[in-house]
Amino acid sequence: MLISNMEVVPGKKITTHLGLVQGSTVRAKHAGRDIMAGLKNIFGGELKGYTELLSESRDEALQRLSEQARTLGANAVINVRFSTSSIAAGASEIFVYGTAVIVEDR
Amino acid sequence: MGQLLVFLTLLALGYGFGRLAESRHYRSIIAREDALRSLLVMPDRMPPIHFQNHGSTLVTGSVVISVDYFKTVAAGLRGLFGGRVGAYESLLDRARREAILRMQEDARKLGAEAVFNLKFETSRIAQNAGQGLGSVEVLAYGTALIPVHGR
Repeated sequence: MLISNMEVVPGKKITTHLGLVQGSTVRAKHAGRDIMAGLKNIFGGELKGYTELLSESRDEALQRLSEQARTLGANAVINVRFSTSSIAAGASEIFVYGTAVIVEDR
Repeated sequence: MGQLLVFLTLLALGYGFGRLAESRHYRSIIAREDALRSLLVMPDRMPPIHFQNHGSTLVTGSVVISVDYFKTVAAGLRGLFGGRVGAYESLLDRARREAILRMQEDARKLGAEAVFNLKFETSRIAQNAGQGLGSVEVLAYGTALIPVHGR
C-alpha cells in the first residue's frame, strides 16, 4: 500500500478514485506515566512516554486507514492528513484520512 | 510561609533544570540540522519534474515537549500584561524543529533525496492542572521521494 500526502504520485498515473478512507484511534496513557509527566512539568524536557504513545497510535490509525483502502481494492492512499484532538483529560484521538486510489505505472 | 517556600523551590528548580534542558536541546538541534542539511524539506505541493521517476512514501516525525514550572509562571505573569510570551515561543520552536529533524531522520533511513508537502499538526496536552499548558505535541509529516534504482 502506497501512502502519500501529495495529490500526485510521481511516475504513476491515477486510474480510479475510490473516495475517502479514514482511520482513527483513541488512546489514554496509564497513571504511572501521568505521574512522571507531572514531575516533568516542573523540570521541563521531552516526555518520551507520550511521544511513543502518540506515534504508536498514529501507526494504528494508519493501519486502519490502509485496511479500509484494501477492502475497497485500492493500491494507494493519497492526500493523507492527520488530525489530533484531546477529547478528555488524559485521552487523545488521532484521526487520519485520505483518498483511496488505484495507480498504475506510466 | 511554607507555601511560599515550596513555590520558590519549584520556581528555582524549574528555572535551573528548564534552562539546562533547553540549552542542551538547542545544541543537539543545531548539530543535527547541520548533519541533515543535504536532505531537502519543502512545503511545495508538487515535486519538480526532476523527481518524476522517484518512489514516494509518507514520513512522519513527532515530539512531545513539556513546559517547566518557571515557564508556566512566566507565561502566567505575561498573561496579565499582554505581549510576546517568550517562554512559550522557544518551547514551540524547539518542538517544531525537533519534529522536522525526526521526520528527516525517518526519510534518510529510507534513502530519500527530498521531502515534499511538509505539513505540521500542533496539539496541546493538558495536564492535571487543567487550564494551563502542560505539554505540546508537534507532528511533522510529508512525502519522501526515494530514487528508484534501474530506472
